[in-house]
Amino acid sequence: MKKITKAMELVATSRLAKAQGRVAASLPYAQAITGVLTALASNAAIDHPLLTARPKVRRAGVVVVTSDRGLAGGYTSNAIKAAESLVARLKDDGKEPVLYVIGRKGVGFYRFRQRKVEASWTGFSEQPTFADAKQVGETLIKAFVSGADDLEGGDPGIDGVLGVDELHIVYTEFKSLMSQTPVARILGPMEVEDRPRSEAQGLLPAYEFEPEADALLDALLPKYINTRIYAALLESAASESAARRRAMKSATDNAEEMIENYTREMNSARQAGITQEISEIVGGANALAASGSEV
Amino acid sequence: MAQLQVELVAVEEKIWTGEAEMVVARTTEGELGVLPGHAPLLGQLAEPGQVRIKLADGEQLTYEVNGGFLSVTSSGVTVLAETASPVTESASH
Repeated sequence: MKKITKAMELVATSRLAKAQGRVAASLPYAQAITGVLTALASNAAIDHPLLTARPKVRRAGVVVVTSDRGLAGGYTSNAIKAAESLVARLKDDGKEPVLYVIGRKGVGFYRFRQRKVEASWTGFSEQPTFADAKQVGETLIKAFVSGADDLEGGDPGIDGVLGVDELHIVYTEFKSLMSQTPVARILGPMEVEDRPRSEAQGLLPAYEFEPEADALLDALLPKYINTRIYAALLESAASESAARRRAMKSATDNAEEMIENYTREMNSARQAGITQEISEIVGGANALAASGSEV
Repeated sequence: MAQLQVELVAVEEKIWTGEAEMVVARTTEGELGVLPGHAPLLGQLAEPGQVRIKLADGEQLTYEVNGGFLSVTSSGVTVLAETASPVTESASH
């Protein structure tokens, strides 16, 4: 038992280091694409469907990132709890939540409760690649874009696809080895910040665009969303490994304690057995000696 | 001559960064070369596209880039790619 949990602890530790490395490796791209989008947004008219808030939000997509395997302490249940409170809040606001689930554990949770899951992806919770994030992103963006023309009362509108008007993602933020908190973020529509530019930054350069700014925005925004999902998946993977490492560490410690207790118990039982045998032998010898002296 | 500060980043990692003489890439509109002092530019790269980075010592690095964007600012050139892999010189000719 102890060996198993110890091994899992070590595996989780190495996966954690790897996941943290990949979070760090993905940062330059995330920063660069944010910079490019900022430049683009301040140069182009912003009326892209991914950027505009819908006047009436009927259905809201919720993506929950959970783990594929158990034995990670409260990792999955915390993420699901956070998702459930978001779903409750959306329902209170009169929005119909649509669930998208990543990770086998989350899928199991919703299937067991016979709740409808719009789409789910499994098999990459510990080591997500960008291709996985892209797959998720494409489905979400399609749902979001097709939600634009949905009508009242579940009428899917002209395109015949029932989409969503809002996209949320619930993932587990990696704060430190000891602390990982589930958070809910909004993926779409994206909010464009109008930050007052400080004098020191000066004017943004007047960019030339190839192709036109609108076409560029079309191509860039989905990539940006994929990047956000990828970042969320990576953070979740790091959190999952950290949670599993902690769970396995305490399991190992417990096993160690149990082994120690049982060893003690076994020793004292053996000792008791030996003591009893000795006293029986001594008793027997005494009895023999006593009877011998009488003869 | 001034040098270009070049960064080539893919989603999963930073691929290459350093100084170069010139960057040649093909956007959806056509091939272009970026020299130091180029006007700020934002472009979507052709799919699939090659990005060639010419170094000061005459060496040339070529990368096969997928889902890429090119951003030129006064501080340098940034190539954003979904994936990028190096192409050996002999294969690119």
